[in-house]
Amino acid sequence: MSLIFDHVTYTYSAGTAYEKKALDDVNLKIEDGEFIGIIGHTGSGKSTLVQHMNGLLKATEGHIYYQGEDIYDSSYDLRDLRTQVGMVFQYPEHQLFETTVFEDVCFGPRNQGLDEKTVALRAYEAIEAVGLPQECCDSSPFELSGGQKRRAAIAGVLAMKPAVLILDEPTAGLDPAGRNEILNLIKDMHEKKGNTIILVSHSMEDVANYVDRIVVIDKGRPKYDGTPKEVFRHYKELEEIGLAAPEVTYVMHDLKKAGFPVRGDVTTVDEARDEILAALSKLQNQGQI
Amino acid sequence: MFRNITLGQYYPADSVLHRMDPRTKLLATLLYIIALFIANNPVAIALVLSCLVVVILISKVPFSFMVRGLRGIVMLVVIAGIFNLFLTPGETLWHWSIFTITLEGLRSAILMTVRMVFLIIGTSIMTLTTTPNQLTDGLETGLHFLTYIKVPVHEIAMMMSIALRFIPILIDETDKIMKAQMARGASFDTGNLIQRAKSMVPLLVPLFVSAFRRAYDLALAMEARCYNGGEGRTKMKPLKYHMRDGVAYLCLAGFFAGVKRSARMRTDSDRNLSAEADPNPARKTRERVLI
Amino acid sequence: MQEHKNIIEAIGLSHEYIQRDEENNVQSITTAVDHVDLDVWPGQFISILGHNGSGKSTLAKHLNALLTPTDGTLLVDGRDASAPENILPIRKTAGMVFQNPDNQIIASVVEEDVGFGPENIGVPTDEIWERVERSLKGVGMWEYRSHSPNKLSGGQKQRVAIAGVLAMEPKCIIMDEPTAMLDPDGRKEVIAAAHELNKKKGITIILITHYMEEVVGSDYVYVMDKGKVIMRGQPRDIFSQVDLLQKHRLDVPQVTLLAHELRQAGVDIPAGILTRQELVEALRMVAGE
Repeated sequence: MSLIFDHVTYTYSAGTAYEKKALDDVNLKIEDGEFIGIIGHTGSGKSTLVQHMNGLLKATEGHIYYQGEDIYDSSYDLRDLRTQVGMVFQYPEHQLFETTVFEDVCFGPRNQGLDEKTVALRAYEAIEAVGLPQECCDSSPFELSGGQKRRAAIAGVLAMKPAVLILDEPTAGLDPAGRNEILNLIKDMHEKKGNTIILVSHSMEDVANYVDRIVVIDKGRPKYDGTPKEVFRHYKELEEIGLAAPEVTYVMHDLKKAGFPVRGDVTTVDEARDEILAALSKLQNQGQI
Repeated sequence: MFRNITLGQYYPADSVLHRMDPRTKLLATLLYIIALFIANNPVAIALVLSCLVVVILISKVPFSFMVRGLRGIVMLVVIAGIFNLFLTPGETLWHWSIFTITLEGLRSAILMTVRMVFLIIGTSIMTLTTTPNQLTDGLETGLHFLTYIKVPVHEIAMMMSIALRFIPILIDETDKIMKAQMARGASFDTGNLIQRAKSMVPLLVPLFVSAFRRAYDLALAMEARCYNGGEGRTKMKPLKYHMRDGVAYLCLAGFFAGVKRSARMRTDSDRNLSAEADPNPARKTRERVLI
Repeated sequence: MQEHKNIIEAIGLSHEYIQRDEENNVQSITTAVDHVDLDVWPGQFISILGHNGSGKSTLAKHLNALLTPTDGTLLVDGRDASAPENILPIRKTAGMVFQNPDNQIIASVVEEDVGFGPENIGVPTDEIWERVERSLKGVGMWEYRSHSPNKLSGGQKQRVAIAGVLAMEPKCIIMDEPTAMLDPDGRKEVIAAAHELNKKKGITIILITHYMEEVVGSDYVYVMDKGKVIMRGQPRDIFSQVDLLQKHRLDVPQVTLLAHELRQAGVDIPAGILTRQELVEALRMVAGE
């Protein structure tokens, strides 16, 4: 069920000199409630891929099914799909336009045709969910700090209560603390509500700590698909396509080469620490014998 | 969805036209437009057409690029053509209910369409072979005399070249904002005129905010690189006339004289035809030339 | 002889933003830069670290005379930055590269953009061409000289922007978060270009950033928060204080964090480890004992 890509191909400017296949025969299945990272370098087609998920781009070939229905059916309501598959674009603060944060967050639910009371309720909930203080509601979105603007914009999408939430580079341009705050926020939301989350990123280190599954996109098609551990096992191949595994993965491989009894497929700092400590005590015990 | 706009876009290639001084090209375009409106008979039009074909071949720009510029104005040309076709009084050729086509109507519709198409193709050759910067340089140098009457020519030229640089960026940005708002359930193509105008607010406000932010950033960046207005500036690519420009001016003079002559030929024959009816033929000729 | 003449010297440099209401009464005063002391010698590679809103960008704008200090003194190459007649000479000495790659490229052709600065300071035509060639070659963008900036990647655009500054033959280049909007590849490109200019041409670089990995290769680091310099020293000294950095909304590179956690767990390795090799080496020593 949920979201299925069936032989999807997308060609830019078909029939002209600029013709380019951005997606090339993509097959992908995303189950309900998954937390997925989509990774690829700039121009790999990852943004194009996610823009198909809510029908903003229409595949030149192939089909996409959401909850068992073909979204390209003439009777299918794409606007309804967009409320179910919410999308936070890169630099989402660039879409803010209302006079107050509250009004801006109301824009989405109002487009859904909900009554004013529900709209207001949803807006308050969303603003709270992204951790903006209530007094921000009445201030202009343009007066907020960079990190707050981004939260306000995310709230604008959350207020539509999407079952699937896509975030395209949600941490671009934020400082380390701001980045961690946003990623933790997304993780909390996923744990509380169990909705599907699709995180598009080119930062391996961000993604490894949070998601359950990684899809690596290269040249318009999924190259690797699996848990972070499985995907980062291909750290050498990843480097060839302009990506890299988290730094700790390299450390562990170096240690392994240097003769330490450690596993190579470690993706987070905590794991690496435990693994090294275990290895050191093992070595010490051997030394004592 | 806006990616198809080519009018005002540079096509890099290595041709005499690309290397020509922008002032030559600007003056040539101006004379070409005037010639187009003088040309009022098949001979003159044929002359313009043959020169146009030669220039297109010299330019090394694929013809399809020039035609793409036409797409945007097809509707305009069609509407103007229809108005000319049906609303020009004169000798009736064809009549059905309220529609009447006259000989004069047919002639002016064809002439109008040809002129519009030639106009767009001709001017797009200039923009396709001249970088926006050369173009503004050409305008700046060509119109330098206006500074004596306190027209800020340098500043206007600078503004133009910056505008040209940022148009593609803002078009991309429009596309992005539109998608972002559509993802929030906005729709830009339903409802009546007022609803549609209202639905543009979520697009236009962010676009303006972004344009102002870019303008501020750019002003800082220019200041940081010692920009201080036009005074004391040197040029990386100063405009210098070469042999080819001299040759171009000669060709241009020949072309213009040719068109003028063949246009006059026609009016001369016209005058002979209508001399008996019109007591003041000379005045009429002058009027025709002016038209 | 002026052997150790500082290229940049700030003593008690402060900048206040004053907000006034309609009647011109002072509404609020924000101290963006608060009594900062800087000493930069010619040829150094300096990094200024801080989270968004820490005042590091405001400080940077002073070094190029885009802002004048409200208090304290700032000397750039021996010239007082508060004197209006020094503004242009200072901008010639200390060039500036900004965050957004699109918003600092003025011309529609790469080489014309690089020529913009020299044109402004009245360099003769022949010399402009020489400088453009040298600068574009210096950042490895010579083969792109006749391209449109719109067709370049983010990292390439930033390198063009650096070439644009380089063409003015400055003694010092200030880079105000040049990598914040780039992908990992672009970031590496720009930082590598900066180091190369520093090493090969001896140009003083002041890099402003919130990415810790970019700081590793610098000679000296300043850390800012709330407008004040809160830490200063060599990268190793700075990175050995992981807790303090995290308190100021900053991170450390994964390797340094891992080393720090191992140290806290009682493993006897030195503080302030910066690279993978160092960590592996240190662990070998521990295991070998």
